[in-house]
Amino acid sequence: MNFKKIIIILFLLSLNNSHVYSMEPDVFVQSTVNRASQILSESITKEEKINKLKTIAKETVDIRAVGFYSLGSARKNLDESQKQKYSKLFEGYFLKSFSSRLAEYTNPEIDVKSKKPISENYTIVNSVLVATSNRPEVKIDWRIYTKDKNNPLIRDLIIEGLSLARTQKEEFASILSSNDGDINALFKSLEQFAKNLD
Amino acid sequence: MFKKFITICITLFFITLNAQAGSDGELSLKKNEPKEIKDCFENLNRATFALNQGLDKAFIKPLAEGYRNLPDPIQRGTNNAVNNLSTLITIPNNVLQGDLKTAIINTARLAVNTTVGLLGTIDVANKMGFPKYTKEDYGQTLGVWGVGPGCYIVLPVLGPSTLRDTAGSFANVLGGDPWYNASVHGNNEFLSEQLYLTSKALSGINFRADNLESIDNLEKNSMDFYASVKSLYTQDRENKIKNNQRGNIEVLYKNEEDWEEIDNK
Repeated sequence: MNFKKIIIILFLLSLNNSHVYSMEPDVFVQSTVNRASQILSESITKEEKINKLKTIAKETVDIRAVGFYSLGSARKNLDESQKQKYSKLFEGYFLKSFSSRLAEYTNPEIDVKSKKPISENYTIVNSVLVATSNRPEVKIDWRIYTKDKNNPLIRDLIIEGLSLARTQKEEFASILSSNDGDINALFKSLEQFAKNLD
Repeated sequence: MFKKFITICITLFFITLNAQAGSDGELSLKKNEPKEIKDCFENLNRATFALNQGLDKAFIKPLAEGYRNLPDPIQRGTNNAVNNLSTLITIPNNVLQGDLKTAIINTARLAVNTTVGLLGTIDVANKMGFPKYTKEDYGQTLGVWGVGPGCYIVLPVLGPSTLRDTAGSFANVLGGDPWYNASVHGNNEFLSEQLYLTSKALSGINFRADNLESIDNLEKNSMDFYASVKSLYTQDRENKIKNNQRGNIEVLYKNEEDWEEIDNK
């Protein structure tokens, strides 16, 4: 009798746990922006804000995937060591660029409005950056990778219909094209860019 | 009049050539949407882009910053007035795109804002609950008709464009913009070419003032600012031609499989 009870309790607990850890994409986005917003409104130095934002980005953005998407078809020609080098350089570049962009804002208010699954692995979450006296409302859509339901990740931001990932991809394509497809030229640009932002 | 007719014929001829480029006889909208717009004149474009950046830093940006410091009602009034003038181009394009309902709404908007709204400085139509205004131009109409963008070009002062959009802009001065016709060619003591040019300059400064921070931010965070601007311009035009307010996934990414493929890396 007791053993049966224990089994039932354990079963119910496991159901409860799976519910706690599985996160809906819209809830995930709202919780992420709330975390970022809280940091941006804190009375700490810009440097401290940037470091905290970087931590959030590492947890919530699929930086490696964004990097390989941005590389376009050139990713198919990389060997394993080049892939590793690129991933490392892209992460450094992405975190610096992303956090320095965000740190300019003070207490942005983002409201999640709706979500729409577009495939088995992706959901688009629609949100708005609430208008202030200085700027109008801005529509922001989030491309969320949902393959692992317990750990959704951001793969793109679409601001007023303009995709950041596509912009990045076309920027990298331009750098590669100007350098006869030499991946080392892109590596050099990424290193240089990260240095300039320091 | 004959000269104008010839110019229109030549323009249409070039546009048609552009539409047929790469066509195997079956012209379809899908076929005229390249995955990437060709940068046929890249060296010249980059030089013009650098020139425009210089002009921006020396004149346009300081003017936009000054404009930003004007009282809010003046900025809002200017924004409303240039938007109101743009409906004169939007209405014929609504008709050319077969959207008669929006053409009628925009005609009513123009009438209300120009009269009750004191020459467009007050957006009365918006307050009355008219649907949100969306600009249309001849470049978009050509896109809706299935004309491909052609090569990417950067115009001095005016900035990013494509051959199709530039041809569309020519339609404005070839009789497609009633405001241009009335102010430049009209026999009216109150209107003049200077007034037309001032309205265009104000429209540009208004746009620059609205985007001061975002353009600075983009420049600071771009490894190749020219390529970033080209990409954003292209995406924006694709959205406008498809009338996408939020960006359609198929239009945005071109190839959805590209994302799926990442998982296997």
